[in-house]
Amino acid sequence: MQPRHYPASDAIAFSPQRIFAMVLRYWYLLRSSWPRLFELIYWPAVQMLMWGFLQLYVSENAGFFAKAGGTFIGAVLLWDILFRGQLGFSISFLEEMWARNMGNLMMSPLRPGEFICALMIMSIVRLAIGMVPVTILAIGFFDFNLYSLGFALAVFFMNLILTSWAVGILVSGIVLRNGMGAESMAWTIMFLMLPLTCVYYPVSILPAWLQPVAWMLPPTYVFEGMRALLIDHVFRADLMIWAFILNAAYFVAAVIAFLALLRSARAAGSLMQTGE
Amino acid sequence: MPPADTAISLDRAVKIYKGGTAVSGISFDIAAGSVTGLLGGNGAGKTTTIAMIMGLVTPTSGSVTVLGAQMPRQRHRVLHRLNFESPYVDMPMRLTVRQNLTVFGKLYGVSDISRRILDLAAQFDLNAFLERPTGKLSAGQKTRVSLAKALLNHPEVLLLDEPTASLDPDTADWVRAELMKYRHERGATILLASHNMAEVERLCDRVIMMKRGQIVDDAPPGQLLARYGRENLEEVFLDIARGRGRAQDPVSEIAS
Repeated sequence: MQPRHYPASDAIAFSPQRIFAMVLRYWYLLRSSWPRLFELIYWPAVQMLMWGFLQLYVSENAGFFAKAGGTFIGAVLLWDILFRGQLGFSISFLEEMWARNMGNLMMSPLRPGEFICALMIMSIVRLAIGMVPVTILAIGFFDFNLYSLGFALAVFFMNLILTSWAVGILVSGIVLRNGMGAESMAWTIMFLMLPLTCVYYPVSILPAWLQPVAWMLPPTYVFEGMRALLIDHVFRADLMIWAFILNAAYFVAAVIAFLALLRSARAAGSLMQTGE
Repeated sequence: MPPADTAISLDRAVKIYKGGTAVSGISFDIAAGSVTGLLGGNGAGKTTTIAMIMGLVTPTSGSVTVLGAQMPRQRHRVLHRLNFESPYVDMPMRLTVRQNLTVFGKLYGVSDISRRILDLAAQFDLNAFLERPTGKLSAGQKTRVSLAKALLNHPEVLLLDEPTASLDPDTADWVRAELMKYRHERGATILLASHNMAEVERLCDRVIMMKRGQIVDDAPPGQLLARYGRENLEEVFLDIARGRGRAQDPVSEIAS
């Protein structure tokens, strides 16, 4: 028997193949489980229908709401991009914890950046499966066509999805470091943002001392921008630029936090356990 | 500096968790192409030692080097050349065996994955359940799938934690033969943690005995038997676990 020689090997660079491997893993999982697919669609549909009917009712009884046609449904759909984007990211991550597969991944050549990329792609895939049918329902039920927002919708979407990824990355790092005891954060953290990002009302409604807090959150700019577009028919590029600046800062901060939490998990030995 | 043909080197590696010390300054070098057994009772520090070697846990102090890379800092230089099997991690249960092996094959950069899966399926007798969800397999079948995954990338260093624990004696014997075949064909370095002393005697060139985070003995199986004046490794293991000394050389002296 001849012992093998070990040539010096440089680090393998960022690998699209490994990102594809992870996307494939989640796709296999989604494909094998109809409850997972159903879950992606039913709740956004219920939300949209409930708020849509409520808006229909009040618009028939109040002049302002008649004028502000579609703001509630638009807000619901954009909120769902934010919420479902984060959930899609976090659930794909949690699937690894539930499956006790994190050890396999962490001891494989998969790099943290590749893992994050795969989770971002899956958040878009899950979002598309859930949201596209619901937006079509909105056209059928309420004659509200989200796609008619055109370029503005693309900008809204990019800003919301960036926020959802930043939150998803941070939550994943916390779960990696602290175990499944922190899992509930993945389901609830976005609801902390719900009142502050002013999804259904303008920022001016908030108490003066709370308004600066709201303006620190990128989705606030998106929801204000959406109201400006639907009510005043004005695209507020200034709001979108601010949202991008904040999103870029939060995204970088979330990645740095994730890497620090991963380092800390290695030091604490928490990658060896996936329980509480 | 470890010798040139060293695959794994630990130098005064210490791991302290919040709850206490798991590994207390152990040092050893494992030669490339050798099979080493890591033995010890529960809480001896075997799993933490393997986790440090795989880069899953950062040593509190000291160093761990695998194929020339400091772990975990330089792990991405070598992780594609390692692999492992452990009962403490599972593969995604809803994915079929073929899907799981495909995903891990891609993660490890295996070329011609379909061919490799067919080879491993033949080697580990997986063909009958390649299309079955991994979660629906028996414990023995899952172990065989895990071993197939561990060999997917032709690893140069293979870490095995209880590789035959849930296998019947016949299958376990066959798996041991496959592992030896792999070692001889590829010149792979194997580090094996096991409670099956007969397995360790059969497979290993060298045995490292651990107790309470320290190495209490380190020698080829034959030498250990002679040293403790015992017939088999199980008796040696019991001597060490219960604090009984060597025939000529008390354990207490080694530990101190």
